[in-house]
Amino acid sequence: MIQGKNLNDRLFNLFNVTGMILLILLTLYPIWFTIICSLNDGMDLQRGYVFLWPRVFTWASWQTVLSDPGMIGSAWITISRTVIVSIVSIFNTSMFAYAFSRPYLKRKAFYSVVGFTSMYFSGGLIPTFMLMNWLKLYNNYWVYIIPFLFGGFYNVIILNANYKAIPESLFESAKLDGANEFRIFSSIVMPLSKPVIAALTVFTVVGIWNDYGTTLFFTQSQDLQTLQYFILKLIKSNAAVDQLTNIALSSNPDVAALFTQAQGKGRVTAKTVELAAMVIASLPMIVMYPFAQKFFVKGVMIGSIKG
Amino acid sequence: MLAGTGEQNAVLARTRTKNGFKLGYDFRTQLELKIMLWPSVLLIFVFNFVPLFGLVMAFKEYDPISGVAGIFTSPWNNFANFKVIFQNFEFWPMVRNTLGINLLGSLVGIPVTLLFALLLNEIGSQRFKSLIQTVTYMPHFISWVIYGGLFITLLSTDGGIVNLILTGLHLVKKPVQFLADPSYFWGVAIVTNLLKDLGWGAILYLAAMAGVDSTLYESATIDGAGRYMRMIHITIPSIMPTLMILVIFAVSGMLNNNFTQIYVFQNSLNLPTSQVIDTYVYKIGLQLFQFDTATAIGLMKSVFALALLVGANFISKKLTDSGLF
Repeated sequence: MIQGKNLNDRLFNLFNVTGMILLILLTLYPIWFTIICSLNDGMDLQRGYVFLWPRVFTWASWQTVLSDPGMIGSAWITISRTVIVSIVSIFNTSMFAYAFSRPYLKRKAFYSVVGFTSMYFSGGLIPTFMLMNWLKLYNNYWVYIIPFLFGGFYNVIILNANYKAIPESLFESAKLDGANEFRIFSSIVMPLSKPVIAALTVFTVVGIWNDYGTTLFFTQSQDLQTLQYFILKLIKSNAAVDQLTNIALSSNPDVAALFTQAQGKGRVTAKTVELAAMVIASLPMIVMYPFAQKFFVKGVMIGSIKG
Repeated sequence: MLAGTGEQNAVLARTRTKNGFKLGYDFRTQLELKIMLWPSVLLIFVFNFVPLFGLVMAFKEYDPISGVAGIFTSPWNNFANFKVIFQNFEFWPMVRNTLGINLLGSLVGIPVTLLFALLLNEIGSQRFKSLIQTVTYMPHFISWVIYGGLFITLLSTDGGIVNLILTGLHLVKKPVQFLADPSYFWGVAIVTNLLKDLGWGAILYLAAMAGVDSTLYESATIDGAGRYMRMIHITIPSIMPTLMILVIFAVSGMLNNNFTQIYVFQNSLNLPTSQVIDTYVYKIGLQLFQFDTATAIGLMKSVFALALLVGANFISKKLTDSGLF
């Protein structure tokens, strides 16, 4: 350390480092806790949660989750939707941003007004709900795709700021060599904007993967549930049973025992299934994001400055 | 698509430049740009602008049975929907919850995030610093369903670790009903939100701090400024514009609760303190099918939110010369 010379500085560093280590533990522990509980025997877990290591180790809950038809169906919906929307939306949005960034675009003011208006005004939940109904998107797989194909004007602003960093002479010489706009976009702009596109792709993937509002608001079919919605239902029903058990416990122990039974017996219980589903559904995001981490600052920063 | 190979176009483009035309203003280039723009413009029109017409429902007596046409044919009702809203016993508690969670959340969240960024900036080892960042960013990438579900388990009265610690340290006599007792809901919402976005929120501050000229720190050190003096007189002023932008966002988002978060933690027992505008609109709109009232609440919220944004930006510009627009 450069500045760690006197006692005061050393004490500061000691406290600072200790605090940061505590924060790391505080952040990681809940995730660790979920993992070990999901890998513990279900019956055994009803005696009390495990806190450091599984008491009775078993993959049973994970196997149950991974072979559950509801889980597989919703995973398929989530994965297919995430892949389609991310690819098309990033391509479409960066293409829009490219055309919007051209100094020779005619009637640029029109596109600006459309873009900024879309950022600050929206019809809200109910008019959107009626629109989805009217377009026959309600309770239809396409409701997961079509409304998300434009990534929002906020992302256009971020991309636009990045395109500005590309020297104008590159565009001019490409145009003089006869390249059309699509060519310039795909062979010059896209390759030169890899960092920001990587960051936006991660944000889009995470946003779509974690979205459950669309399922909640615009679908009702069992076959159209997303992973997050499926897990939300597990969590809500388990929490409800827990509460009932607690209320019953204070008045009637027999009823409480009945509720406990309803939560399942054997190696797999409703609770361990919930925890295993939670772990499995977040693994893809947790594994993916460190790879794109170095691009985040660029993606987030420019957007905030340009507002 | 259109006539002409690359070479012919090149010739065309050149001649046009020679003739005094500026590059890119030709019909073909403009057409190509339009082809790139219009798919998105159409999506914006359909999914952002068409629903705006639905807002007239707020001023009408609308029956969901009448369908889309009913939006325009149903009778005007002289702000009756708004009167219904104000007379509803759930309205004021809901406004209080929305403002309370957001205001307290910002009052705690902004300083704590700033403090975290300041302290992280003082960590000497680059590798340790990036480890902290990698770990603290992680919760931001976990959905509220998972993160909320996790805390429902951790806060449970039936063996949840938080209650075990509290009872173990004899701070409470019996387990605290964090999610079933309305008096804890605001706290749960604020603290979990802070934990989830602490690391992520610090990104902006850290980036601003990285942009500070290091010679400033050196000359301050030579002049005898200690660590805290440097923080107060160099670091904090340099991140002021970033801080102001975040404050503007916080003020303009004052009516915008995080539906995804609140809905996960909400249950019938904590409803008195967990019902916020967004969950209320969902309830009366999509569960009770009072479309006109729900739209009226949504419209009121948007109007006030826009006023807050413009107001906060105005004040920020007056005070610090930095704002959004």
